[in-house]
Amino acid sequence: MNVIELKDIVKSYAMGDSTVMALNHLTVSFEKGKFTSIVGPSGSGKSTLMNVLGCLDRPTSGQYILEGKDIAQYSDDELAHTRNARIGFVFQSFNLLSKLTAVENVALPLVYAGVGLKERTERAEQALKDVGLGARLYHKPNEMSGGQRQRVAIARALINDPAIIMADEPTGNLDTKSTLEIIDIFEKLNKMGKTVIMVTHEPELADMTQRIITIRDGQLIKDERRD
Amino acid sequence: MLRECIKMAFEGMLSNKLRTFLTMLGIIIGVGAVIAMVSLGLGMQEKVKENISSMGSNLLIVMSGGRTANGQRIASGSGAHLTYDDAKAIEKNVDGIKYVSPGVQTSYQLVAGNQNWNSSVQGMTPNIIDIRNYTIAEGRMYTEKEMTSRDRVCVIGQTVAENLFPEGSPVGKTMRINKAPFRVIGVLNSKGQSSMGQDQDDIVFVPLTTAMQRLMGLTYIRNITIQCENEKLIDQVQSDVVALLRQRHKIKTGDDDDFSVRNLAEIIKTAQETTGSITLLLAIVAAISLLVGGIGIMNIMLVSVTERTREIGIRKALGATYHDILLQFLVESMVIGVTGGTTGMILGTIVSVIAAKVIGWPVVVSILATIISVLFSVGIGLFFGLYPAKKAALLDPIEALRYE
Repeated sequence: MNVIELKDIVKSYAMGDSTVMALNHLTVSFEKGKFTSIVGPSGSGKSTLMNVLGCLDRPTSGQYILEGKDIAQYSDDELAHTRNARIGFVFQSFNLLSKLTAVENVALPLVYAGVGLKERTERAEQALKDVGLGARLYHKPNEMSGGQRQRVAIARALINDPAIIMADEPTGNLDTKSTLEIIDIFEKLNKMGKTVIMVTHEPELADMTQRIITIRDGQLIKDERRD
Repeated sequence: MLRECIKMAFEGMLSNKLRTFLTMLGIIIGVGAVIAMVSLGLGMQEKVKENISSMGSNLLIVMSGGRTANGQRIASGSGAHLTYDDAKAIEKNVDGIKYVSPGVQTSYQLVAGNQNWNSSVQGMTPNIIDIRNYTIAEGRMYTEKEMTSRDRVCVIGQTVAENLFPEGSPVGKTMRINKAPFRVIGVLNSKGQSSMGQDQDDIVFVPLTTAMQRLMGLTYIRNITIQCENEKLIDQVQSDVVALLRQRHKIKTGDDDDFSVRNLAEIIKTAQETTGSITLLLAIVAAISLLVGGIGIMNIMLVSVTERTREIGIRKALGATYHDILLQFLVESMVIGVTGGTTGMILGTIVSVIAAKVIGWPVVVSILATIISVLFSVGIGLFFGLYPAKKAALLDPIEALRYE
């Protein structure tokens, strides 16, 4: 079963007189419960693809079917609600709010989902314990190592039980040890049935995933499955 | 959501205390100044009103002698002077009158023992002390009976008492007014200077009839003081009095009055209008500082939005809608506005109370100005916060996330 289907997606930008096709009639689908990586050189359109998949951006044309619904032309508010409820983000630079504690950071999506403080806190504490940060619930991001921060971010991505987890170069700022820890967490999540899509430019990380999609010039040039 | 926003706003404010304080200071000073200025202005107005009222509020004074235009003669020999009967007729026929007090006055040399003094001797009916807001310090006022029997008694003001009777109480002693002996039966409490600078304690009251017949040899009176029941009736009473006197003096339509009516309410009104304009002016100046404070909020909110672009991007990526972000920043600017406004209100009230006490004006804290300026500070928070909040809410999440 496909959790995401992209059909004939085009994303173009006007650059002066010419038009840049960041995504050029791309058709691809993602099955539920798979750990997929997207690779490609810089400028290949993988970041744009990530933004479209993560509902941060709308395609110029084409269909984006998320869990059976075409959301390609959703309004800004509808996209915001979709991001909130169905998508968990893990960024390269963590993107945690430095003034908030780990628990508050993890609970942030629940604030926008309208969940009460008590339930939010309970769920955030549980999520942090699940990623092995039970001892650092009330620390702020700057009191944690990079690996720990990324684990907070993963807990935040998971808090609302999303359909997919989008990871954009999640280990780009981490040392080897932390990188392996994070990949390990993704693999565990995948075993629990989560769908994970990771953008990376490190071939050895891509090798650890079940499917590698290679993008170049906004088009799918290679789709390698390793089951 | 609103509770979250308020919590976030306070956290945001506390995380940059100095900046928040400086921003708030604009509003604190603005609101404080509006309240202090309006309160002081009202206090000044109250003081002026009090000063004029101490001359006797609700007063009409009818004087004999008309308003003559250049070259025009007063109808001579028509006998149209004010009389005691005119006063009685006014009291009888005009509604809305509390007291009518006809009077005559002349300055005389006063002698008691080896002291002498010159003062204004006023022949008045006994109710004059109520009309002019005098009170008796010692002894008593003369009675109607003493007036009818033309007794040589008098009531003197503090200044006269001090000058003629430097030692001991004057009550029961005798003094000479223009060589005629009068018995002092009462002393007035001090009223101090009038707002015109006259010493209101340099005065001698004697019964009207005594003054007219035994002192001055007059058959007519110089003026009639009328106190109305309240200030609102004063115009009605004035026109009734004029009509009655014209009729009694048989003045033809079109001819000039042979008397004139002075109205203290007009002075009060003029004075109040003047002080009212001053109050308004002060309030406007203060309101401008409030406006400047508001612009300060806008400035800081714009800086804050730029500084927090990444935070906004993160929040949007996690599902914050346009309205969530708008609300967050609006609440923040309103919290600054309300906190500053409330502090300013308290400070302004304290300042106006202290200032009024120091200057010696009555303390008037204007509830209206307080409510308006606090509401205004909320409004300013809202108005000047709207543009930065909109700017934040409209940020593109992708751009915002990329912002360093």
